[in-house]
Amino acid sequence: MIRVINLTKKFDDFTAVDNVSFSVKKGEIFAFLGPNGAGKTTTIKMLTTLLRPTSGQIFIDGNNPANEQDKVRQSFGIVFQDPSLDDELTAYENMEFHGVLYKVPKEIRKVRIEQLLKFVELWERKDELVKNFSGGMKRRLEVARGLIHHPKILFLDEPTLGLDPQTRSHIWNYIKNLNKEEQMTIFFTTHYMEEAERAAQRVAIIDQGKIISQGTPEELKQNTKTNFLEDAFLSLTGTTIREEKANNLDHMRIHRRIRH
Amino acid sequence: MDTIYILWLRQLKRYFRSKSRIIGSLGQPLLFLVALGFGLGPIYQKAGGGSYIEFLTPGIVAMGILFTSLFSGIEIIWDRQFGFLKETLVAPTSRLQIMIGRTLGGATVASLQGLIILFLSFLVGFRLENMSFLPVTIVFIFLIALLFTALGTAIASVLEDMQGFQLIMNFLVMPLFFLSGALFPLQGLPKTFNIITRIDPLSYGVDGLRGTLTNISHFGLLTDFLVLSIMTALILMLGSYLFSKIQI
Repeated sequence: MIRVINLTKKFDDFTAVDNVSFSVKKGEIFAFLGPNGAGKTTTIKMLTTLLRPTSGQIFIDGNNPANEQDKVRQSFGIVFQDPSLDDELTAYENMEFHGVLYKVPKEIRKVRIEQLLKFVELWERKDELVKNFSGGMKRRLEVARGLIHHPKILFLDEPTLGLDPQTRSHIWNYIKNLNKEEQMTIFFTTHYMEEAERAAQRVAIIDQGKIISQGTPEELKQNTKTNFLEDAFLSLTGTTIREEKANNLDHMRIHRRIRH
Repeated sequence: MDTIYILWLRQLKRYFRSKSRIIGSLGQPLLFLVALGFGLGPIYQKAGGGSYIEFLTPGIVAMGILFTSLFSGIEIIWDRQFGFLKETLVAPTSRLQIMIGRTLGGATVASLQGLIILFLSFLVGFRLENMSFLPVTIVFIFLIALLFTALGTAIASVLEDMQGFQLIMNFLVMPLFFLSGALFPLQGLPKTFNIITRIDPLSYGVDGLRGTLTNISHFGLLTDFLVLSIMTALILMLGSYLFSKIQI
């Protein structure tokens, strides 16, 4: 379903993704793990047509994101790592907007939006502007939004970041169910190792732009002689804390607060 | 079609929800109208130009449209910074549709803003020469709005963040406005200056508005219309091209 061959992305002289290859089978739940700044999000951006690779090839359901963008975009859905809601619209309008953009027929759209908003317990607040929501509520809304259309592949970039265990398990049950019933391929990143261990059938670990290990969680644990995926992860990637460059977003947030 | 509609609707909803923005962006044009209109009015009259408010109003309407439309276009930068642009760009919709929907939305908002200023100008003594020209006025208003929303989109597609904002303000928006004949007649200007005003696309917008609102036109309505339409088409193409190249 997803095939990546020798993928590389360079920003000026910095190599964010370095000669990465992996593949994900149809109907598989695949976890893409790595420390901060390892190149997870950059990889996802290339898989989802937002960035052009410097070199290497990608096939999403047989199509190449570099030149068959429209076909590729029809085959996946995504929940982004950082917020991507329109604050000035209501929860319902955000959902509706997404549904229309993904060409979900009106009848199905209505049913699914109601079902999903009830599922993430935002139905009572559907007509409130998103800017009044808490971080967790926004996150729930974003996950719900990513599930309105049922794509062949679902990308989840740290979908459960900042959510409590109840909500996390709630959301994962829903995703696993989709995976089983619709044979939906799930590609996700997370920093919660127990989440990866529980949900993923296969795992790849990326560090400093390179894939350093891949296999089932069992295999990774065996190879590193550890009992938990978290320990396997630490033994593979080391314990140094990574530095990430501050992006413009942080500056902008400050800017905007002053402006309004 | 649905895509274009929902993007258009989004722009309108955002506009009507931010009352402070509507009022805020009316303040500057009105200040210009009142301060310059009454301040320079007597001199203008003495020089034989007639009513300055009459002359100035179309220019101020154009100013309101220019500011609002350019910034609706540039709003893409905010959408980029706050992530919403990603959401639209990964959708299985052509970027051309996204660009058209947004641009029409921004242009509609800017046109409304222009009409509000026109309406408010009646309060300071502006009078229409000929009511039957009003539909043509609206065509001109929309053309100006479309042109500068598309220009804003084009600029926003190549800018990463708001750092270049001051630059745009000082080297694009202000010159476009001040060199357009919004504040002064285009007759009898020094030669070089005259050429500059003729290069400024807003000159034709202001002239078109002035022609339809007060029956005084420098270039002639047909020229105004043709120049504006051609410029709008060109900038729309440029904007669509640049927008289709956005990477995040």
